[in-house]
Amino acid sequence: MKKNIALLLGVLPMVFALGACQDNRTRELAEQGLIYCSEGNPLSFNPQLDISGTTVDATSHQVYNRLLDFDSETGKVVPNLATSWLVSEDGLTYTFQLRKDVAFHSTAFFKPSRPFNADDVLFSINRWRLKDHPFHHVSGGSYPYFDSLGLNKVVVEVNKINGYRVEIKLSRPDSSFLATLATDFSVILSQEYAEQLLAAGTPELLDTQPVGTGPFQFVSFREDNHVRYHRNPDYWGEQQTQQQLIYDITPSSSMRLAKLITGECDVIAFPAQTELRIVEERGDLILDEKPGLNIGFWAFNTAKPPFNDARVRKALTMAVDKRTLIDAVYFDSAIAAKGLLPPTSWAFDDTRKETHYNPVMARQLLDEAGIGTGFTMDIWAMPVERAYNPNATKMAEIMQNYLQQVGVKARIVSYEWGTFRRLLAQGQHDSVLIGWTADSGDPDNFYRPLLSCSAIASGTNRANWCSEEYDDLIDQALAHTDENMRLTIYRQANDILEEQMPLFPIAHAYRFQAYRKEIKGLTINPFGGIQFAGVVKESR
Amino acid sequence: MLVYLGRRLNLLVITLFILCAGSFALAFLFPGDPLTNLSGLANPDEQLRQQLMHKYALDQGFFASLWQYFQLIFAGDWGISMRSGSSVFEEVTRTLPASIELSVYAMVLSLFIGLPLGIFSGLSHRKALDRGILSFSLIGYSVPVFWLALLMILVFALKLGVLPMSDRVSLLYDVPLNTGFVLLDILQSDMEHREAALQNAFAHLILPTLSLTVFTCSLIVRLTRRSVINVMDSDYIKAAYAKGMSRSEVVWQHGLKNALIPIMPQLVMQFTLLMTNAMIVEVIFSWPGIGEWMIQAIYQRDFPSIRGGMLAVSVVVVSFTISMDVLLKLLYPLSKRQLHAQV
Repeated sequence: MKKNIALLLGVLPMVFALGACQDNRTRELAEQGLIYCSEGNPLSFNPQLDISGTTVDATSHQVYNRLLDFDSETGKVVPNLATSWLVSEDGLTYTFQLRKDVAFHSTAFFKPSRPFNADDVLFSINRWRLKDHPFHHVSGGSYPYFDSLGLNKVVVEVNKINGYRVEIKLSRPDSSFLATLATDFSVILSQEYAEQLLAAGTPELLDTQPVGTGPFQFVSFREDNHVRYHRNPDYWGEQQTQQQLIYDITPSSSMRLAKLITGECDVIAFPAQTELRIVEERGDLILDEKPGLNIGFWAFNTAKPPFNDARVRKALTMAVDKRTLIDAVYFDSAIAAKGLLPPTSWAFDDTRKETHYNPVMARQLLDEAGIGTGFTMDIWAMPVERAYNPNATKMAEIMQNYLQQVGVKARIVSYEWGTFRRLLAQGQHDSVLIGWTADSGDPDNFYRPLLSCSAIASGTNRANWCSEEYDDLIDQALAHTDENMRLTIYRQANDILEEQMPLFPIAHAYRFQAYRKEIKGLTINPFGGIQFAGVVKESR
Repeated sequence: MLVYLGRRLNLLVITLFILCAGSFALAFLFPGDPLTNLSGLANPDEQLRQQLMHKYALDQGFFASLWQYFQLIFAGDWGISMRSGSSVFEEVTRTLPASIELSVYAMVLSLFIGLPLGIFSGLSHRKALDRGILSFSLIGYSVPVFWLALLMILVFALKLGVLPMSDRVSLLYDVPLNTGFVLLDILQSDMEHREAALQNAFAHLILPTLSLTVFTCSLIVRLTRRSVINVMDSDYIKAAYAKGMSRSEVVWQHGLKNALIPIMPQLVMQFTLLMTNAMIVEVIFSWPGIGEWMIQAIYQRDFPSIRGGMLAVSVVVVSFTISMDVLLKLLYPLSKRQLHAQV
């Protein structure tokens, strides 16, 4: 009987031992793949169709290439599939020389017969540009990024000069056009693949079973489970050391962190603000941070008195201490904003001064504008969490306190997110705490949508502020291609903003990336989605 | 015997019939359009609507449509998941094996640990060993499964870092989907790193299986112990001792067999309870089984999936229960006298 007990006691440890022992082969294999725990299902495998971060992260830089790219350090436009480009004197014609010997993915569902050439560029641009293109209405026919910029009106012609040279003609000069071609959404699709699909009667597969020229090729996708990519063996750039790239779809942020700790994920998406300390404290995890291309601000509805008076707006901004807001709401994971642009932008103006906290001056200005003590105003606090403002309600509460000290009574207003945005677009607010995340490194992406007159109609100008002088300046800036010239013009625009203060820039939030110590070469791309090309996983 | 078999088969058929009818009724009890709940196609246009009406025979009265529903169920047409747009039947056949697999391993492990422990405990009635085992089984019986699962994750995955905490096998291994049982699939496949994958799958199995085992095992210990104590107290055991047989002879030849037969049906029934627990554990360990799948379906109000999932789970439980019943009767003819079904 004793023998039996011994046998029995042997069972448990044996079960453990089976799992715990990892021999070298397992480890070797594990090193050949990278697992990224992402936050959700990509809605499409073509970022032309969906601008959500999840879709972009899953596809843009993995499956595809663009004609141009952003340098992740300087934000300048650098060559990618286009090796060089020429802009005509009048700024209306762009000529691109294309890279030769770039192969499209050769997969189980598509074998390319020819390398990448001008036809693919024409196809990719014409698809969103021309309403009568055979693929325009496949998968919905809505191309949010290009539609919002009105690019189908800006681009009037796309011509093939020869197999490796393409000419694009614009209706008006647009110095942000190159930046547009470098955004995550301007991916190059395979025209040959599209034709095959059209012939087979399954054109929608173009956006669900993607083929591109990027470093990884699509293998499989299972909803709520995973996306699997293999490395592209014929990649034109530097070859990947990882055999596989896997997106493990894990919607809960605490679950992602747990998987990162156990090593089931190598990199995770969006670590929560409250969990950052855990990542920092662990020796085997790394937390990277970088100021993101975003801004959180407090916009005054300048269409409503007394907020049409610049003195009132300035007084209110002086009454609030920005430092406290950043400490309390962003937990030091943001930098104070001096203007619309974050310091990562090439057009960042570091000569600009921040507004200083000065309640005495604020009261004085309010008196000048005829606003007595006991004045009541609304602060709308957005109900959702965004990187640029992780807790708008808390921020509003702190501001309420500050405003009371200068005799202004603030009420905090919040609705469900859909209603909130609808009423905001109707201009029912006095002031609102909200923000903006840019899609490209170009400064125009901040100046135009946030404060131009035309942005009032499209609903991104929360201040309902319209100044012809300002609009002229930002239009002028676009007509120039020289960066110094543009910078000078943007300085003048900043002067107007400082004088008028239609919105109070609060902070640029950092972007975070948490990953395991073995991962090398992963950088935060401030200009868009995550990039896994060139990421190496070292042995533990 | 044939009469008995006939009765059980009858019971099976009638129960399945009622289950199907129940699942059909669900389509009308759920909020929304019954046609959408049946087919999974939201907002059908007029033409499609007519087609669906015809397909489900909703225009031909209740019994005709019920009959039509049976035929569709048997043909494997369970509607379309509103969430993913793929066939509910396919999704069920993909997720159900994962749950069954987990339950089977937990059951086997529970039997391997629970039976011997229960026997030892029963044989050493009121001794220290008995008390020890009994108190442990009481703890195991009382601990909620979900809490234990979380605790295991905390200790073995997060603190010690020796075991993984989610899914069935690391995503690095591209296991082809054949039977849906991960170990079988790996063994059948011609993968490059089969042994490594197998080991990895084992490591993933440990925590969920153990979380399930603790409860079931405690139950088995207690059942076995009680039965062994009863048998060892009986007259024929005393008679065997009186014949001069040694203790081990008595236990092996008379005690165990007689102690185990009466509890067999109860042991088998633990499996259904285990399936229920497995569905909870799946959610915690992100195990891609039917429990996790149904929770997601409930969150997203995917009525065709909820309907299909409930039908699938209840069919498995009912068929298993009845077939085990028949099997036990075949193995132990002593209980042949109980002709009628018992609830």
